[in-house]
Amino acid sequence: MPKSAFIRRDMLAVGPASKSERMRTTAKRHFENTRKREQRAKADNQQQEVIMRSARVRHWTLGIGVAAMLTLTVPAVAEVPESSDPIKIIHNNWTSQLVVSDIAGQLLEKMGYTVEYVPSNTQLQFTAMGNGDLHVQLEVWEGTMLVPFEKEVEAGRMIDAGSHTAITREEWWYPIYMEEKCPGLPDWKALDKCAELFATAETAPKGRYVGGPVDWGKHHSERIEALGMNFVEVPVGQAATLWAELDSAYKRQEPIVLFNWTPNWVEAKYEGKFVDFPDFAPECLTDPSWGTNPDLAYDCGATKKGWLKKGVWAGMEDKWPAAFTLIKNMDFTNAQLAEASSLVDVDGLTPEEAAAKWIAENEPVWKAWMPTM
Amino acid sequence: MTAVPIVARRVRIPRQSAGRNALLLALAIVGSGVLLRDLLPWTFRLPDAWVVPVADWITALFNWLGYSADLGLFTFRDLTRGIAWLLAWPLSWADGILYSGFPAIGLPQLPWIVLVLLITILGHAIAGWRLALLAGGCVSYLTLFGVWRGSMQTLSIIVITVPLAAATGLALGILATRNRRAEAVLTGMFDLMQSIPHFAYLVPVVVLFGFGDVPAMIATGIFAMPPMARCTILGLRTVPSEVIESGRMSGCTPRQLLWKVQLPAARSTLMVGVNQVIMQTLAMAVIASLIGASGLGFDLLYSLQSLKLGQALEQGVAIVVMAIVLDRLSQAYARKQPVRHRHGEAIWHRHAHAALAVAVLVVGYLLSAWAPALRILPSGWAITTAPFWDAIVEWISLNLYGYLGLIRDGLLVNVLIPVRNLFLGTPWTIFVGLVALLGYRLGGWRLSLLVAALIGFIVITGFWTPAMITVYLVSIAVVICTGIGVPLGIWAARKPKVASVVLTICDTMQTFPSFIYLIPVVMLFKVGDVAAITAIIAYAMVPAIRYSYLGLRRVPTTIVESAVASGCTRRQILWKVELPLALPEIMLGVNQTIMMGLFMVTITALIGTRDLGQEINKALTDADTGRGLVAGLCIAFIGITADRLIGAWSLRRKRQLGLA
Repeated sequence: MPKSAFIRRDMLAVGPASKSERMRTTAKRHFENTRKREQRAKADNQQQEVIMRSARVRHWTLGIGVAAMLTLTVPAVAEVPESSDPIKIIHNNWTSQLVVSDIAGQLLEKMGYTVEYVPSNTQLQFTAMGNGDLHVQLEVWEGTMLVPFEKEVEAGRMIDAGSHTAITREEWWYPIYMEEKCPGLPDWKALDKCAELFATAETAPKGRYVGGPVDWGKHHSERIEALGMNFVEVPVGQAATLWAELDSAYKRQEPIVLFNWTPNWVEAKYEGKFVDFPDFAPECLTDPSWGTNPDLAYDCGATKKGWLKKGVWAGMEDKWPAAFTLIKNMDFTNAQLAEASSLVDVDGLTPEEAAAKWIAENEPVWKAWMPTM
Repeated sequence: MTAVPIVARRVRIPRQSAGRNALLLALAIVGSGVLLRDLLPWTFRLPDAWVVPVADWITALFNWLGYSADLGLFTFRDLTRGIAWLLAWPLSWADGILYSGFPAIGLPQLPWIVLVLLITILGHAIAGWRLALLAGGCVSYLTLFGVWRGSMQTLSIIVITVPLAAATGLALGILATRNRRAEAVLTGMFDLMQSIPHFAYLVPVVVLFGFGDVPAMIATGIFAMPPMARCTILGLRTVPSEVIESGRMSGCTPRQLLWKVQLPAARSTLMVGVNQVIMQTLAMAVIASLIGASGLGFDLLYSLQSLKLGQALEQGVAIVVMAIVLDRLSQAYARKQPVRHRHGEAIWHRHAHAALAVAVLVVGYLLSAWAPALRILPSGWAITTAPFWDAIVEWISLNLYGYLGLIRDGLLVNVLIPVRNLFLGTPWTIFVGLVALLGYRLGGWRLSLLVAALIGFIVITGFWTPAMITVYLVSIAVVICTGIGVPLGIWAARKPKVASVVLTICDTMQTFPSFIYLIPVVMLFKVGDVAAITAIIAYAMVPAIRYSYLGLRRVPTTIVESAVASGCTRRQILWKVELPLALPEIMLGVNQTIMMGLFMVTITALIGTRDLGQEINKALTDADTGRGLVAGLCIAFIGITADRLIGAWSLRRKRQLGLA
């Protein structure tokens, strides 16, 4: 059991240290950041120092006697917050991530931490977390972020803080009205037979598949080739473009098949299904002989059970152990994510308000995540 | 072909035979290019093995700077991080004042009512009631439409960035006026900096400074600084020599001469520079949110991402509104002459506005402690027009989509795809050859070598294919912009009423964040080149209109009168007198349209084009500095080539017409 689990509730009330103190420690951190080998040792020293200093503050406020008593009753205690530096939580630009991040942030604030939200993008955030510029990411997606995330984890600059119960899937997707126009869906062979329905001036006579952002590395063009489909992939530059296409087609009940994933706010607004491709196996991506096409790889669908992890900066466990435990314990199911997102996308709250509402309504859930008791 | 001798006869281009030779040479270049294409494949596309890996070198350089460069006492990374840390200080103060408050001392943020009143007072102090009402009204928009917090986050970045960028620009400008060599280096650098799309600045900044508000501030500052330096150079150069001499005569030291004579005398030009810095900073607001700037830009991106178009529009308008307030205030301040007060006037009389401001500050804080709605407007009170705009977009996409679809397919099949194939199928040798020839005809050997080298850079760095897609998208957009913009400009020049409407629309479109066009065009035209071109047109049309308007207005009235006197009809006056005279100016407008088109085309990468912008977009997600910068440079070089060629043509033409 981590030592942070011994923190007593009443200690959570200790407020943040003074502004100048915070600035000074931030400054130190900045200048120590680079020398990778020395960093650990120095960070330890610094953390020690911070603990000592905030201990001093406590001595002032609570009196030496009380402090001594506490030390006697709870040995090896770490005080919360262990450091008053702000914990930087990443904000991406989709709803579930924003709400879950705000929930985490508000819970950390309840514990007495200072929290800062920093907007970031899905790829660069990993470099920033590896550097310790940003600290917490609540949604690491297997499908899109596996490579940069594992790179940082393997280099020891980030820690994998466990998976959510929620599973993720990223696949070709069509709106529900297509089942009438193209019987046999969701099977991919049926889709391929109606390819002409999806054709546009650019792709005719082949069907048009609106692919995910160019840089997400989905290999859907390769899949089209390997499965010999009558489709052309037209990739977008960013996710928002997908929804603009979908919204526009959906209003007119026009044929469309596009890249989509779950959990996603889109599910709440548009009804539809994923296309069923041949089942995924890891060998499918590397071994051409695997699957129906003996000469090409990628002749299968994407995994139906992708993980959704939490990732944190490697120094977090030492610097804010109690906060780290909370993040590790946090766990959302698909239903919970959908519910939290719908507070924003359906009820029109801001992510911040939605998080506050969720916290108020789900006390038993988050109480169980808290590193205390 | 037959048009050439007719034009030649009318304006009497000297050395007719040279024109014929050039035409023959051009034909020879095209012919040999087509022949060689099949004989020597490398004249069509340079093989990968021959590509000079400039991008890799730059990436390696930045990785070395970012991770291992040691400057003795500290590493380069310590230095950049130290700078970032220093800049974080003033920013945290601005944040505290404008939106987060100072919880440590229990001081809340500035209540909205106070800021509205302070800006109103400032407006009145600078230029009287009209400006006061405009400014106050605009700031009220921010609170009434519920975008207050985002606006204040953006404002806090602006209030820190603008003075820093302006001071840096001022210093560099002063340096340039002192030292010839510095001036040559600096102006070259500014030329380049202003033609690299803002998108490309983000990558190196992320590698060196990290992620968040401060790096965003640095990228914004770098982008916004050159106009200030240019205005400083211009301002100091144009101070009348009598003023400087009288300064010398009264015994100024060089330092006194600079600070007490030259800079005050150049005040209004300097303020134009500051104004430019403010506008550029706002233009960068949305793009900077891609590297972690909080504020309106991030909110806008999020709204677009979740298809809340109406909301995105209101956030976009909020950026425009802030631009209007800051623009009008700084312009009015630039025009304002210092006021002299009589001796012995009471202090509150002399500083009436300041006194009022202090009173508003104190009373406002006290009032808002009593009524929190005056500090932050409760979200229930905010008004929104979003449903209205969403309904319009929905109506258009339901009812007009069919027609738009026809236009889209027609354009695509008949124009876009053939043109794209032409551009992609043309060997680079033909392009370089034709551009060099054009350069020689317009500006001699130096220009010819310059443009050939610039285009050659794109060839040898291996970005030729995406560059051709960029050129193709921009060319088509520019042709359409010119076709619509120039007639609009002519119309506006003839009817003052039309002019006021058109110019207001131009102003708004120019400050509107370019991102906002991306989503509607996709809804109307689907992912593809038509959507990208439409977005470019919406953004880049403005200079074509504005310069045509100005060009026609600047035709000397004496010439028009003499045309009237010689019995020209209105049509003749337009076609034979006004348009030829205004053409050089109109071409400068086309030039600007090309520049803005090149900026916008990088952003349309977010729709899903395969151009240089996409290279930058990919580089941004992989933090691949070299690729991003080289792609940015390629765009800059295309822009500079067009700029130099059109500039040379325009100058030659003006000389022929006796205007220059």
